[in-house]
Amino acid sequence: MRRPSLTTLRAAGALAAALALTATGCGDDPAAPGSGGELSGTTVTVAGVWTGGEQTNFKKVLDAFGAKTGAKTVFVPSGDNVSTFVGSKIEGGNAPDVVLVPQVGVLRQFAGAGWLAPLSERAAATAGGNLAPVWKEYGTVDGTFYGLYFKAAHKSTVWYAPDALERAGVTEPKTWDELLAAGRTLADSGLPAFAVAGEDGWTLTDWFENVYLSQAGPEKYDLLARHELKWTDPSVVTALTTLAEVFEDERLVAGGAAEALRTDFPGSVEKVFGPEPEAALVYEGDFVGGVARDEFGRKPGEDAAFFAFPPVGAGKAPVVSGGDAAVVLKDAKNAEAGMRLLEFLATPEAAAVWAGAGGFLSPNKDVKPEAYADDTARATAASLVAAGDSVRFDMSDQAPAAFGGTKGAGEWKLLQDFLRDPSDPERTAAALEAAAAKAYGN
Amino acid sequence: MDRHPTTRAAADPRRRALRRKRLLGAAFALPALLLLGALVAYPVVFSVGRSLFDAGGDRFVGADNYVEMVRDPATLKALRNSAIWVVVAPALLTGLGLVLAVLTERIRWATAFKLVLFLPMAVSFLAAGIVFRLTYEQDPDRGVLNAVVVGVHDAFDAPAPYPTARAREGEGLTGGPADGYLSGELRPGSVAALPFVGVAPGAVPGGPEPARTPAPAPDGLAGTVYLDFTPGTGGRPGVVDRQEKGLPGMTVEAVGDGRVVASARTAADGTFRLDGLGDGTYRLRVPAANFAAGYGGVDWLGPALVTPAIIGAYLWVWTGFSMVLIGAGLAALPRDVLEAARVDGANERQVFRRITVPLLAPVLTVVFVTLVINVMKVFDLVYVIAPGPVQEEANVLATRMWLVSFGGGNDQGLGSALSVLLLALVVPAMVFNIRRFRKGGGS
Repeated sequence: MRRPSLTTLRAAGALAAALALTATGCGDDPAAPGSGGELSGTTVTVAGVWTGGEQTNFKKVLDAFGAKTGAKTVFVPSGDNVSTFVGSKIEGGNAPDVVLVPQVGVLRQFAGAGWLAPLSERAAATAGGNLAPVWKEYGTVDGTFYGLYFKAAHKSTVWYAPDALERAGVTEPKTWDELLAAGRTLADSGLPAFAVAGEDGWTLTDWFENVYLSQAGPEKYDLLARHELKWTDPSVVTALTTLAEVFEDERLVAGGAAEALRTDFPGSVEKVFGPEPEAALVYEGDFVGGVARDEFGRKPGEDAAFFAFPPVGAGKAPVVSGGDAAVVLKDAKNAEAGMRLLEFLATPEAAAVWAGAGGFLSPNKDVKPEAYADDTARATAASLVAAGDSVRFDMSDQAPAAFGGTKGAGEWKLLQDFLRDPSDPERTAAALEAAAAKAYGN
Repeated sequence: MDRHPTTRAAADPRRRALRRKRLLGAAFALPALLLLGALVAYPVVFSVGRSLFDAGGDRFVGADNYVEMVRDPATLKALRNSAIWVVVAPALLTGLGLVLAVLTERIRWATAFKLVLFLPMAVSFLAAGIVFRLTYEQDPDRGVLNAVVVGVHDAFDAPAPYPTARAREGEGLTGGPADGYLSGELRPGSVAALPFVGVAPGAVPGGPEPARTPAPAPDGLAGTVYLDFTPGTGGRPGVVDRQEKGLPGMTVEAVGDGRVVASARTAADGTFRLDGLGDGTYRLRVPAANFAAGYGGVDWLGPALVTPAIIGAYLWVWTGFSMVLIGAGLAALPRDVLEAARVDGANERQVFRRITVPLLAPVLTVVFVTLVINVMKVFDLVYVIAPGPVQEEANVLATRMWLVSFGGGNDQGLGSALSVLLLALVVPAMVFNIRRFRKGGGS
């Protein structure tokens, strides 16, 4: 999952904050060790991209682990680029024990570099029991189970302000065509349909992935994700053409493409849930609800609601997902204690801690619905677990970073160009294929 | 056999002394050489070597990375941008610095003025970048530059009342918001209902009243321009429903024989009346001026202007530097020459062009060349100011090198090739500068 709230500025801010922390030498307060736990005296260092509220809530999970085992835990923010961070830490002989990896591609890269320790039998058994096989598969590289998916994202949700739909007399659309029709009616009512966060390339890849997964089906989706299918395939062109129906329609994109390209992700949520609404719908993952709640004081379920991304054409409704996998580094000082943390993270108990705080989805099917803070989270979690093995991991997160994860390059850049000028899907497909061929090296 | 025994005997101790001196010299130079070797020579050689290997560094690929560099459009763009930077920024900065230095020499609060201009040098590039990112923001509510531009523009040209409105499709109006809408042919005495959508209820200027169908005008056209959308249900298209509001302040024209014969503005209930039309057929026109999209200001960070915009930020940071350096050179100028020129009747412009600038030429060259070297390695401003979608359009060689090596692609082979290219481009400027220093020392 891409970090939803990072713009350059915020990244710079986070960097400054991280530097400040290092400079004062305090890092994060180690969780208070429980008295006389079996791991008392050991310190587990955990690195992850989380900042702000997500970091606070994850620390609550770490505290619960500390209370149970007596281990001290330290969370180290890794900044945006986990792979660079971990690489430099390992070379410096100062590897963290546990890393939360936000992309499948990076997990594969780590495993390929031989940095990861396989999951202990106990962790693997717990995870095997309560995760759908598809999650286990995404955590497995070359037959070895390395990554435990702890936090998931549901990236097939379209968020809306209920009063806007009510004013336009529109109900939740059930198909792609209904979605477009509803969008045009919304525009007639005076509120353009979608706030598209075109400045952040990752939101555009998510748009494409939902359309493609539904229209072309999961088999082709998997092939394209591994680049065994070329991007010049007619199915890609069809999906881009479908996407162009939205992108080229001024009624469906608030302010048109130029405005969309200047809107970052938090900005797109603000356009729908902010004090002066400029759009009725915003498509992105379940975390939109969290932003609407934390930044704009909306109550998910009441004045911020979502419907599932509708099926396109004859396909089934897509469920695109993302997630953070916990891995233990081989070179870590306390790899054993780190593995104990993973065993804890695999339990519904650990997931319940964060679920209660909000802004969290667990792929773990044993997490009880009551554990979630609100109905909206409950509904997204139920939808994710119900999708079972038809869940597909975000395609751009599976791709090499040069193609699917770099600001201003590869798929992000090409889809931004496509948003600016959606007139020639074939040319875009050809450009995507050229960039993919270079990045995948096949 | 030995033809010069005496000279040789005399030379020996001298030579030994010379050799000892040389050895001593080498011993003193050794630490510096070691440091230089480890920190400069070795990395350069390593980069050159690394540039001949592939992304992972395992496979020798020869000149492939260099070929790739020339073929890759993104790198070519970076090269082009670097060229623009080098041509524009140092020249502008030297010129600005010269003008400011000469001017500040004459004013009373010169030191305070210089201090203010020099202040940006104390701001880090990262912070300056963030400040300018906000300054250049498109939204006039956030970007101060566009706030000024839009404010000035709107003072002369008031924004249109209904930038988002569109005619309800298939209900008698043809055309589009860009060139206005035309109705079908009408005879005097008829009443027209002109349906529009796409206006948010709160966005109607003034206090709109429920739309009303007016009484017909016997020798003219009457009608209503209204918002054809009932909140909650949408309403019937093309029909004035009970809850639908009029659109006040909309200009409506009657067109006969291709000319505008009458024009009116709609009232609070959306009604209008065009009287005094002779017999014949007319069309109603709702001109595009009603819908002109509000002036959004200049797209500073768009693909076209992003590089000039970043160069602007760079000027802000560096003008103080060139001004202070040139100012110092100016202070050291021989006054008598200037005075002599003035006594001979030269005016200030002539003094500046014929005396000051030629005398300052060595300082100007040093400033210029130093700036060329600095501009070559500009990174932070470009990285921070350029938004994601135009990153590629704004890239210079240094940012491109970093992005290729560490920013996702992790292709350090290609990155090294780029760094070698950057080095090759900087070296001439360095050699030039060092030569100048030497000359300066000799004269």
